[in-house]
Amino acid sequence: MIFPPISHLIARHLLKGPHTITGGGEPDAEALRQLAENLGVAARHRLGRSLSIREVDAGSCNGCELEIHAVNNPVYDLERFGIRFVASPRHADVLLVTGPVTWNMAEALRRTYDATPGPKWVVALGDCAKDGGCFAGSYAVAGGVHEVVPVDLHIPGCPPSPLQILGGLTALLASVAE
Amino acid sequence: MMGNVTLLEFLSAGREVAGHHPWPRFQLDARTWRRMVEQMAVSNWDILAEWAEPTEIHVALRGEDSGAIAVASHPCPDHKFFALSRVRPSAIRLERAIRDLWGLAPEGLEDQRPWLDHGRWGVKRPLGSPRISEGRPHAYRFLTAEGEGLHQIPVGPVHAGIIEPGHFRFHAQGETVVRLEERLGYVHKGVEGLLAGKPVAEAARIVGRVSGDSTVAYALAFARAVEAALGVEVPARAHWLRALMAEMERLANHVFDIGAICNDAAFAIMLSHMGMLREKILRANAACFGHRLLMDRVVPGGVAVDLAEEGWEALAHLLGNFRKLFNKAVALYDNTPSLLDRTTGTGFLPAALAHRFGAGGFVGRASSRGVDARKAPGYPPYDELDFAIPVLAEGDVHARLMVRVEEVRASLRLIDQILKQMPRGPVAAPVPNRGGEGMAVVEGFRGEVLVWVRLSEAGKVVRCHPHDPSWFQWPLLEAAIEGNIVADFPLVNKSFNCSYSGHDL
Repeated sequence: MIFPPISHLIARHLLKGPHTITGGGEPDAEALRQLAENLGVAARHRLGRSLSIREVDAGSCNGCELEIHAVNNPVYDLERFGIRFVASPRHADVLLVTGPVTWNMAEALRRTYDATPGPKWVVALGDCAKDGGCFAGSYAVAGGVHEVVPVDLHIPGCPPSPLQILGGLTALLASVAE
Repeated sequence: MMGNVTLLEFLSAGREVAGHHPWPRFQLDARTWRRMVEQMAVSNWDILAEWAEPTEIHVALRGEDSGAIAVASHPCPDHKFFALSRVRPSAIRLERAIRDLWGLAPEGLEDQRPWLDHGRWGVKRPLGSPRISEGRPHAYRFLTAEGEGLHQIPVGPVHAGIIEPGHFRFHAQGETVVRLEERLGYVHKGVEGLLAGKPVAEAARIVGRVSGDSTVAYALAFARAVEAALGVEVPARAHWLRALMAEMERLANHVFDIGAICNDAAFAIMLSHMGMLREKILRANAACFGHRLLMDRVVPGGVAVDLAEEGWEALAHLLGNFRKLFNKAVALYDNTPSLLDRTTGTGFLPAALAHRFGAGGFVGRASSRGVDARKAPGYPPYDELDFAIPVLAEGDVHARLMVRVEEVRASLRLIDQILKQMPRGPVAAPVPNRGGEGMAVVEGFRGEVLVWVRLSEAGKVVRCHPHDPSWFQWPLLEAAIEGNIVADFPLVNKSFNCSYSGHDL
């Protein structure tokens, strides 16, 4: 085989252009309003137009994780906005937390928060992360993310669509870059 | 009573409980229960699920030869029962969980450590007779490995990627894993406690969120269990729409995981390609059914939305293109020796272990165990559809990946047939308020999802137990990684892709 299959794939992308949608980066208006209330002015000047995110599943059903994966796929391509996911809270500016926080995860979430250097923000993602969602009231569930760590922004949805997640995160980016 | 006795012959020694559908449930006294466990040592009855109530233990069994399914129950007012884990290691974690949640003591359970209870709930035996417990979280004693030069690597519960939480404790000698032990339960949400007392519609929403990636499978299993309990006849078109959604879910999960496995072998282009394919499916889901992951679309009585004519055309168009792009990606995998070198021979799971633990799904099928709930016990409309279950014997990462590749192709063919043959008509039947007990087994993308439910005369859930296929796959991951290098763990783990949320419940 003169041309290995990977060359076909690369050639296709070079000739036909990317799968990435245009747009999708418009900051969500409701998210901007929440952030204007929550973000300290001093913190906004520390960062350029770039954010590192550490995702923490604090008890989700894994539905939210699927859509967070989706914003990283070539169609939504979160990284084009300067936002990327990192492997350690020590490298992160933002904790993106999903799920009703279970009691078995509460300490791990708190420790992850403590390990994140300031200035830092917490984004609670999904309906469960707001108040426990359909899991609220269980003996095993502490409740929404705000019960354990302070929350700056909540992105609603069960799960939120990739465009909603993009809108929320770019709003955060716009707010801290102001 | 040793030797050749079928499951139903044996269980009929007990008292059959009226109103349990579609399979019988037998109540056994202590002596018969104990004989059943002893009989299991010499029979090939599979455990499908094991769960409890405050003073009763239940196990769903399948006779492997006859395919007969039945539930055996044993009232245990003294809060103890003869453990199944004496003869079936797959029941060890189930029985540890039963002790944590209901406070029933499994007699003969070797591993006495708690499983789901980390000592953080503020209550003991939350589903049995709850007792307030204060005090510190449990210190967990991990199993040890001893020898010169051994070291431990603790990982989690918060992992480096965008995945669910769990703890992995490796004992390694240099690069080689000597022992892996999992500690799970971090995402235990108390689902069974939440379900008790809920109206059917509300319970369906919760069961649909036991494991988000299998939401169709769980919603379908719950709906079928409720319909069995109440004797509801679902309109024919609803069966076909349910199968369509189930196959879309299988497709979406399989293609993305194939990409993610390659990504864990540092072959990122596959993840991008497959991510794009997955997105096509999710968008079609949103366009046809109004939800990208199809949550809350399968409901007791039928389905929540019908497929419009435009949706039918959009799906038919999607599939042609999809098949071409998918086959190109598979050709890329097949022709990249550096990638095959990582997946071939890695994370070997012996067929004997897969059978011993009753592992289903692609984990079982890549190690010679070809069970599939769509074939047996079977449910409509699959009896009218033509499809084959791919089975391989190699048991490595490559085999698990190739089984999934074949399942993607099978699902595409199934969707083709479903679109062509789907009958017209109503898509939901009314669900009456009355009592009963029902059980259902359906094939999710990971394997057999089982739901058992008891409804009150007022039509509310009295008890409901959802069982995830991961229960019988998680322990096998520990075996498959042994002797591999630590750096291959993400690859092997992804090739199993067990559910944390479904297991922790």
